[in-house]
Parts: sequence; structure tokens; C-alpha cells
Amino acid sequence: MTEREKSAARPVRRLGDRIFEGLSTSAGILILLTLLGVAIFLTIEGVPGITASPEELGSKTGGKGFFAYVWPLVFGTIWAALIALVIAVPVSIGVALYISHYAPPRLSSTLGYIVDLLAAVPSVVYGLWGLLFLSRELRPAYQWLAENLGFIPLFAGNDNGGVSSNSILTASLVLAVMILPIMTAICREIFLQTPRLHEEAALALGATRFEMVRMAVFPYARSGIVSASMLGLGRALGETMAVAMVLSASGVVTFNLIGSTNPSTIAANIALQFPEAFGLYTNVLIATGLVLFVITFAANFAARAIVERRKDFSGAN
Amino acid sequence: MAKSIDVSDLNIYYGDFLAVEGVNINIPAKSVTAFIGPSGCGKSTFLRSLNRMHEVIKGAYVQGKVLIDGQDLYAPEMDPVNVRRMIGMVFQRPNPFPTMSIYDNVLAGQKLNSKRMKKSESDDVVERSLRSAGLWAEVKDRLDRPGSGLSGGQQQRLCIARAISVQPEVLLMDEPCSALDPISTSVIEDLIHELKTEYTIVIVTHNMQQAARVSDDTAFFNLSGVGQPGNLVEVGRTEKIFSNPEDPATEAYIQGRFG
Repeated sequence: MTEREKSAARPVRRLGDRIFEGLSTSAGILILLTLLGVAIFLTIEGVPGITASPEELGSKTGGKGFFAYVWPLVFGTIWAALIALVIAVPVSIGVALYISHYAPPRLSSTLGYIVDLLAAVPSVVYGLWGLLFLSRELRPAYQWLAENLGFIPLFAGNDNGGVSSNSILTASLVLAVMILPIMTAICREIFLQTPRLHEEAALALGATRFEMVRMAVFPYARSGIVSASMLGLGRALGETMAVAMVLSASGVVTFNLIGSTNPSTIAANIALQFPEAFGLYTNVLIATGLVLFVITFAANFAARAIVERRKDFSGAN
Repeated sequence: MAKSIDVSDLNIYYGDFLAVEGVNINIPAKSVTAFIGPSGCGKSTFLRSLNRMHEVIKGAYVQGKVLIDGQDLYAPEMDPVNVRRMIGMVFQRPNPFPTMSIYDNVLAGQKLNSKRMKKSESDDVVERSLRSAGLWAEVKDRLDRPGSGLSGGQQQRLCIARAISVQPEVLLMDEPCSALDPISTSVIEDLIHELKTEYTIVIVTHNMQQAARVSDDTAFFNLSGVGQPGNLVEVGRTEKIFSNPEDPATEAYIQGRFG
């Protein structure tokens, strides 16, 4: 091999490229390391709580072992987050669509700004609002629901016919308001990115504005809407303060939305119990954190799978 | 089915800006009329005013009359949505809906007309439209695949199939071949020849040979200067415009002295 062939075989590497590649690679690795660190911590600290026998755990966990303790929390976490998502998804799509396709230009930028501001409100403030204002205002509505739709288990209320407004529905409503800004912001950006070409294709076929949205905007935005929902779900699953403040929890599994006994959520439970926890009970709480970690991961993988399944039709190719 | 178009004193605006001024033209039914002219002279803008796609842009509007077999497209009671269902359009860049299969792309217009069709009926519409667009043989085994997986020329023929599946009165084509290679272009030109037996076709093109090859009539648009509105300089039989135009500007453009 001659000298010249050798140098030709090796591609030129510029200094700037190398520095940038190094920076971005280390940023990527850093994220992985952080995640790994959290996972290792949760596992090491949590395993004693999971493996301990019911006798060792004692009465604080209900005396039936770790899984009996964590199950109502898992249920409450997923149940509250799902209700929040069911409320927030249509609203955020509607708001985003109004901003991106219906509002007059000046109004739409103002509105977008206001929605972004909602995201800047601390969750403890949402908690206060939910506890002191929303739950009071919702009480008559809950009463009405219990009286008129009480035959549906969701709206059964209390056994004595009363309702509780510090219930899981109030907590989910607060959660819905909290996840609205991020979901709206993402949906809005995606709607705005719909290629003009596809919108015009629909219009030229004689689509009305709503038909154009259905034909060109929504299909194009589908994967983005799923991603936005999953971000919202992730936030709702992990939200601590607002739920801890609003919800009067008693560790049961019930679908009753407006009763006075409600399942707690993992995050809120940790926040409320941790200050008084010691010994093995601390490990139990950390183990519930590990469970939450796994749930959040599963939700994200599910979202990826949904997006992947329709990849050929996504418009990205 | 095919209808003629009569345009009188049409001014087209983008907000305050007068983009095209004083167009008078008569486009006969079941023929191909080509619009040629330098960039920015308003031929695409004018084309888009023929199916009221112009007003989709914010602040855009027109003054004047566009009659399709005597019916004024800009009459107050005319719904632009109905106008566009009657007048199909093919764009410069192929734009099949990427999220739909080939089959659904062809049927997109039918679905808007909210016609409930039996499976056999829609199969027929899809086959007829794809055959007319000369695409049937190439895609009949993969109708359920996304339209975006086709080549550029195939995608454009899919768009033509989509436009003609609702059997419009008129087919507008805005530089339909400018993003395509010569072979795909020639396939589409052949297709235009076949389609004109059924449809009134109006085509904007930058390619003068293409205008000469496909059209029966040619209209030459020009603008007198930068910032000035475009206007229709001359319209006539294609042979005449290309061999013996009346206006010196037309002659200069056709001989390639500008534009």
C-alpha cells in the first residue's frame, strides 16, 4: 500500500466536528448515567422493602406484605392519571387547534402565551387552588351527579348519599389543568407544522375547514398527539404536591369518583408518609417509587409502540 | 360534463397588492389550455382563482367574474367548498395524503361528498380513476400501501386519479410536471391528451415545449415591471401563438429572449 492510499483510506476528521461530536455524545451518556443512577438507587434501597415479610413490615403497611400495600397505590396512580388524561386530551387538542387554525393571528399568539404561562404555575399553587377553591365549587355538581347518575358506580358517592369533594375526581381535574399546557404546546406546534401542501390538497378537493383538519392535520399530527399525551400522562403519574393536598386518601381500590374514601397515588403517598418514616418503612416507600418508575417506563414504551405501528403512514417518509 | 370557463375583467389581489389585472379569457370545454409566462407574472395566481383556492391565503380576494357555463363562481350564494368539488386541481409538487393508503387517497374526494358507498362501488371508483390516470397496472397489487411510497411521477398520477375520481367539470393543473423527470413528464403529457376527451383542462407550465405539445390554446401572461401587476398579453390557438404571435413580447418570450 502506498503512502497516498493510506491517507485516502482514512476520512478527514475536523477539529470542530470532533469537539461537537464529543459534546453531544457525552450529553447523551450523561442522561443514561443519571437514569441508571436513579434506577440503581431505587433498586438497592427498595429491595429490602419488597422482600421483607409481612410480620417485619408491621401495621404501617397494612400487615399483608409489600404487594398488598402497593396495589391500591398503583391503582390510584394510574386511575387518577387516566381520568386526568381523558379530560385533558380533548381540551388540549381543541385549544391547540383553535390557536393553530381558527383564531385570528393576534389572538392566537396571545392565547398561546397564556397557555404557556399556565405551565409556569408551581404545583403547590395548583394544590392550594384545588383544595380551597375548586373542591368547594365542585361540591354542588358532585351532589347533582350522585343524585341523578348515582346508579353508575363512578358517581355512587358515599353510602349515606353524600359526596366528598376532596375526591379523586377533583384531584384528576387539577391534574388535567396541570398537564394541559405542555400537551397544548406540543399539539399546537405539530398542527402548525402540517405541510401547506396537504392542507391545500384537502381544500382543493372541496373540504370544509373541519374536513381539512380531519383529513390533513390530524393524521399528520397523530404521533405528535400520542407523544403529547404520554408526556402529560408521565407528568400526571408523577405529580405529587397537588394530589397530596387535594385528595383525602385512604388506601382503597374503588372506581367511585366522588366518594370520601379514595385510593392514594404513589407519589402523593411518598410525600405524605416520608417525613414520619424510618427503618424498613423507608425502604417500602422507596420501593413504591421504583414501581412508579417502572409504570412510567411502561407508559413510554407503549407510546413508542403506538407511534411505531403506524410509521409507514406517518408522513415522515 | 366538461364545461367552458368565461372570465371577464378579473383583478386578483393579495391584500392591497394587485397581483393580476384585467384578465379576459374564454376557455373552451374539452380542450387543453396552457398558461405560459415568466415567473411571477400571475399565471398560477390566476389558475388558483378559477377554483377559489386563491382566497385560502389570508387577505387574498378577487374582483370580476368567472363564469362556468354561465354560473358565476364568485356570486355571493356560491360556496367555495362546492366550487372546489366541481373543479379539480393538481399541484406543482405531488401531494398525496401521506397518512392514507393509495386506495384511500383516490377515495378522499368521495368521502368528502359523504357518499356512503358499498365496497364494490368504491373498488370500481378506485379502479376507474387509477386506470384513467394510467397508474392501475403499477399499483393494483399494493393499494393498501401508503401513497408516499410511490415515485414522484406515480405520486403525481395518484393525485390526478384523486382529482378525477369525483368526476369534476374542470381539471386545473399547476405546473404538474415541474418536479418530475422527463419520462414521468411524458407519461403525464400522454395522460393529459387522453383526459381532454372528458375534461376541460387548464395547465400552467414553465416549459414552452410542453405547452406546445399538450395544449390546444395558449395564453401568455407577462408583467410590465417589478411590483407591477401581471396581465394576460395574448391568447389564441397554440399553433398560432407559437408560430405567429401578435404581440412582440409573446414572440420574444417564445423565442427565449427573456423569461
